[in-house]
Amino acid sequence: MNALSIKGLTKTYGNGVQALKGVSLDIPEGDFFALLGPNGAGKTTIIGISTGLVNKTAGTVEVFGHDIDKEPELAKTYIGLVGQEINFNPFERILDTVVNQGGYYGIPRSEAIPRAKQLLTDLGLGDKMESNGMQLSGGMKRRLMIARALIHKPKFLILDEPTAGVDVELRRGMWDYLRKLTSEGLTVLLTTHYLEEAEQLAKQVAIINKGQIIVNDTIDKVLAMHTDTGTTKEGFRGSRLEEVFLDLIRENNN
Amino acid sequence: MDTYHKWIAFYTMMRKDVVRIFRIWVQTFLPSVITSTLYFLIFGTVLGSRIGTMQGVPYMQFVVPGLVMMAIVTNAYANSSFTFFQSKFFARSIDELLVSPMPPWLMIAGFVSGGVIRGVLIGALVLIVGLFFTGLHLTITNLAIILLFAILTSLVFSLAGLVNGVYAKSIDAINIVPTFVLQPLTYLGGIFYSVNSLPEFARYVTYVNPLFYLINGFRYGFLGFADVSIWTCVGVLAGLILALIAINWYLIKSGLGLKQ
Repeated sequence: MNALSIKGLTKTYGNGVQALKGVSLDIPEGDFFALLGPNGAGKTTIIGISTGLVNKTAGTVEVFGHDIDKEPELAKTYIGLVGQEINFNPFERILDTVVNQGGYYGIPRSEAIPRAKQLLTDLGLGDKMESNGMQLSGGMKRRLMIARALIHKPKFLILDEPTAGVDVELRRGMWDYLRKLTSEGLTVLLTTHYLEEAEQLAKQVAIINKGQIIVNDTIDKVLAMHTDTGTTKEGFRGSRLEEVFLDLIRENNN
Repeated sequence: MDTYHKWIAFYTMMRKDVVRIFRIWVQTFLPSVITSTLYFLIFGTVLGSRIGTMQGVPYMQFVVPGLVMMAIVTNAYANSSFTFFQSKFFARSIDELLVSPMPPWLMIAGFVSGGVIRGVLIGALVLIVGLFFTGLHLTITNLAIILLFAILTSLVFSLAGLVNGVYAKSIDAINIVPTFVLQPLTYLGGIFYSVNSLPEFARYVTYVNPLFYLINGFRYGFLGFADVSIWTCVGVLAGLILALIAINWYLIKSGLGLKQ
């Protein structure tokens, strides 16, 4: 069973920009999948369409076998989204932010409150539950968004640059937390510009450029693509995936 | 989502908004109470004493239903337009709803519920203020009609405010409609006068103002008479509700102004 199955997905925005040009992609259940690409490649558009935040132009998207057009409500119950932008009410108590999100999925408060407290504690926000969102640091806001995305126990977690602006220590803490979740069977789709992050976490990697998937394979096979030349050439900075990524993007741009 | 989970989702939206309304009561409840007190004082007591009666009842009694309705209209409208706009622009927290499995009609119900509750509560407060100015003498002919018009008018303007909130691209757009459309329609809808006291042309203009029917239906519940048939008022109310539900459903379903 695929957690996400995308076929021939295209998106042209109102300003004429063609963000996706027939993208097809399968993410198997239980996978930790990294979707990489330069800014404006189409990563967030894929996520937006899959989660109901962006209208697609053509193509099909299925979440755990449920078409987002035919069964949008059912498809959405499987997904937890941590968006790229901070998108919660900064005047609300963070406990309420998480509990209310549970409510939108039909979870009663009596059930959502203990679950939210546990999630916030697990994510290191146990002492901030009564604070407003605006009182949190950047890293805390990201963790709040992860707690919010997990409140309804989704089977598929989508993380759109979750560690942007997060310091190294916190980032590693988040990696450990995500590893724990995937070991429990959660499927994860991650987009990130920190390629060492994808290298550390992902089993499968797809690279998208100019609205088209240019590589989609296991992390080992992707790393093997340019390893010999990549690690020895001038300017190598330590991340094998980064070198592969840059070579592939340059090739695709030419 | 089954019915129980839908109810939880609706209750969550409603509770969240009601908590907000009470938390900022200085901004939500107080202005209408102060404004209506001034209206009662100026139009009811000062000018009303010179007018005497309107359609056979003391002017103060005539004006109370209209002023209650004005408070309902402005508050129900402002609540849903601002709540929606705020969640769309200031924090983009509308995404919390858009990614959830709530169907469009349930989101509409959730957004509108806060406006209905605020409209009815403030209407009740203004009515209590009005009682003091009428010396606790206020005729009530049909309580059911009063409640029906209070709740359904709140619903109409909460739905209308939601349309405004969905379309608005700036905070100015939230203020323009109440100032340049809603306020004139309210004043010209027969709050302070009977349509029978107008010249013929102005009377016909009033007949195309939907507020006129809502104010008159509400007034009928108190005084037992209106400028038009109560059934016409009910018909206009029902028509507005159905039309606005359809518009909102289309807007939320298609994601117009919400999704890219």
